[in-house]
Amino acid sequence: MSETVSKTARWIDWANPTRFMTFAAAFLPWLGGLTTLVLAVGFWMSMQAPDDYQQGATVKIMFIHVPFAWLSMMCYTIMTLAALGTLVWRHPLADVSAKAAAPIGAVFTALALVTGSLWGKPMWGTWWVWDARLTSVFVLFLMYLGIIALTRAIDDPAKSAKATAILTLVGFINIPIIKFSVDWWNTLHQPASVLRMGGSTIDPSLLWPLLVMAIGFTLLFFTLHMQAMRNEIWRRRVVAMRRVAARSAERRTVQ
Amino acid sequence: MRLIAENLAGERGGDLLFEGLDFTVPSGEALLVTGPNGAGKSTLLRIIAGLLAKAAGQVRLEQISGGFESLTAASHYLGHLNAMKPVLSVEENLRFWGSFNGQGKLSIADALERVGLGDIGYLPFGYLSTGQKRRASIARLLVSNRPVWLLDEPTAGLDKASERQFAALMQDHLRGGGIIVAATHLPLGLGNTRELALGAAA
Amino acid sequence: MGALFIRDIRLGLRAGGGVLIGILFFLAVITVVPFGVGPDLKLLARIGAAMLWIGALLATLLGLDRLFQADRDDGSLDLLIMASERHMLALTVLIKCLAHWTVSVLPLVVASPLLGLFMNMEPAAIGATTLTLLVGTPAITLIGAVGAAVAVSLPRGGLLVSVIILPLTVPVLIFGVSASYGAVEDPAPFLAPFLILAAITLFFAVLGPLAAAAALKSSAD
Repeated sequence: MSETVSKTARWIDWANPTRFMTFAAAFLPWLGGLTTLVLAVGFWMSMQAPDDYQQGATVKIMFIHVPFAWLSMMCYTIMTLAALGTLVWRHPLADVSAKAAAPIGAVFTALALVTGSLWGKPMWGTWWVWDARLTSVFVLFLMYLGIIALTRAIDDPAKSAKATAILTLVGFINIPIIKFSVDWWNTLHQPASVLRMGGSTIDPSLLWPLLVMAIGFTLLFFTLHMQAMRNEIWRRRVVAMRRVAARSAERRTVQ
Repeated sequence: MRLIAENLAGERGGDLLFEGLDFTVPSGEALLVTGPNGAGKSTLLRIIAGLLAKAAGQVRLEQISGGFESLTAASHYLGHLNAMKPVLSVEENLRFWGSFNGQGKLSIADALERVGLGDIGYLPFGYLSTGQKRRASIARLLVSNRPVWLLDEPTAGLDKASERQFAALMQDHLRGGGIIVAATHLPLGLGNTRELALGAAA
Repeated sequence: MGALFIRDIRLGLRAGGGVLIGILFFLAVITVVPFGVGPDLKLLARIGAAMLWIGALLATLLGLDRLFQADRDDGSLDLLIMASERHMLALTVLIKCLAHWTVSVLPLVVASPLLGLFMNMEPAAIGATTLTLLVGTPAITLIGAVGAAVAVSLPRGGLLVSVIILPLTVPVLIFGVSASYGAVEDPAPFLAPFLILAAITLFFAVLGPLAAAAALKSSAD
């Protein structure tokens, strides 16, 4: 009995932003170092990878395009979990996590769109087509921007947290649409080739660099996310301290 | 320098609030405009400021000092609203009004010091309490030089200590040959004042 | 005057992501077009310039109602009007319009080439459309200032401002779009409508602020 109590106590400790800050300060340098290492290895492996017999050297865009696209969806999923954390468990860090993730997700989505466009021009002969996959990812980008605009528009963090969480949850409908758009509709974008039933259709010589790059960029995401969460907590502390400063100045003049 | 009103009448929404108003305020003196709510105190101030058209009569400033061309140009107006932006810091707000209306003798830091906000000028205006906001707005009067101060309920939201502080600032302004017209129903703690009671007859 | 410009730019950037909302609206308008007309790339390329112009027009109208209302709500407008002997009120209005355009419309112009790619437009058409937007959108803001000044005392003037201004912006739209098409379609000229567009902007740079200043002076109560 006493053990479960101490366990819950420890779990709740994690909700404490101060505890998070201590942890982040210790953990971030290691995470950053690991990210650099994995990304460096990934880039080297990508350079060594053979050209595709049809696509030539342009296939190398895949090594960054696929991780960006994957992160754009993972980031939104994390924000959805954070939204649940805000609404259901009222976890004080959940709102910070969602707010910090949104700009990072928007950037990764934009990069996925740009790299996809650069790849599409030589392959399909056009920068952009309005097919299901591309359109749904673009809608995801717009949703990120909408969420960012909403968090910036409401000053009070407590109010903006709930509104943003609800919007994020509603927008999650788009994620399965993106994932399965290539199967449901007949699109120009190629169907899933890495993660699918019955094994990958990509040659191992291309698959391994891709996986390493995906892990590297995922680590990069977590590094940036943790750093952004720290900044957000600092920002809120600055705001709180300024309000205290205004109040204490009042007391001094009264005396 | 004298502020003169002759046969002044003011209306609001077609309603004649006051008419036949005559008064003279020489420099170094203050005019307290008193009266119940709706008597036209704010309307009178806005007419003097040139923000509202007068229904009849005239109001003018004679022998204007400081090279101002008209009553409006020579006036500071402190209305119910503070004319400050909540997202900008107090200093940024004052610096804007200082450069827009012309920087006077007092620097922004000194003006803030005079109203007791010396050490929180860097805070966004929106973080301040009601009384602090009012004081920041009063600091605006000190930043640019205007011989005539038109004050509409200037002490609303101020505590006793700040009221005394503000009375001293107004005293300084009068001693320097300024004119104050204030709409209020609280005594402002000034010595040489005339009083104009609006709406008493009605 | 420089101080007013800097203050308004700061306000635009700091106050609650207003810039982002304008761009987002522009993006959203352009995104719904292919759903409405179908993803036919040839068709999109043909209507691209027109859609960009309509999107930019609507996005520009979006934030205009706050142009003077924000200053009225906190009492700043009274002081701006009172200072009219030091700074001509029309000039104050012009500076406010320029600051508003820089913060909330210029980003749209910058984003428009990207949207041109989405509409499958040719590089020449994209360049021409961006250029006409750069020259033509200030006219929309300046015309909008008149509507914003007329409706400044209304508590919910937002939609009214757009409705009042929209008919007045039609010439801007006509010459903007015809110049954009003139750059790519052979018999149609580019320079003539483009110069007329520039003339419209210059004309409203004078008329808009004067009319808006007159409306603001009479709006005080």
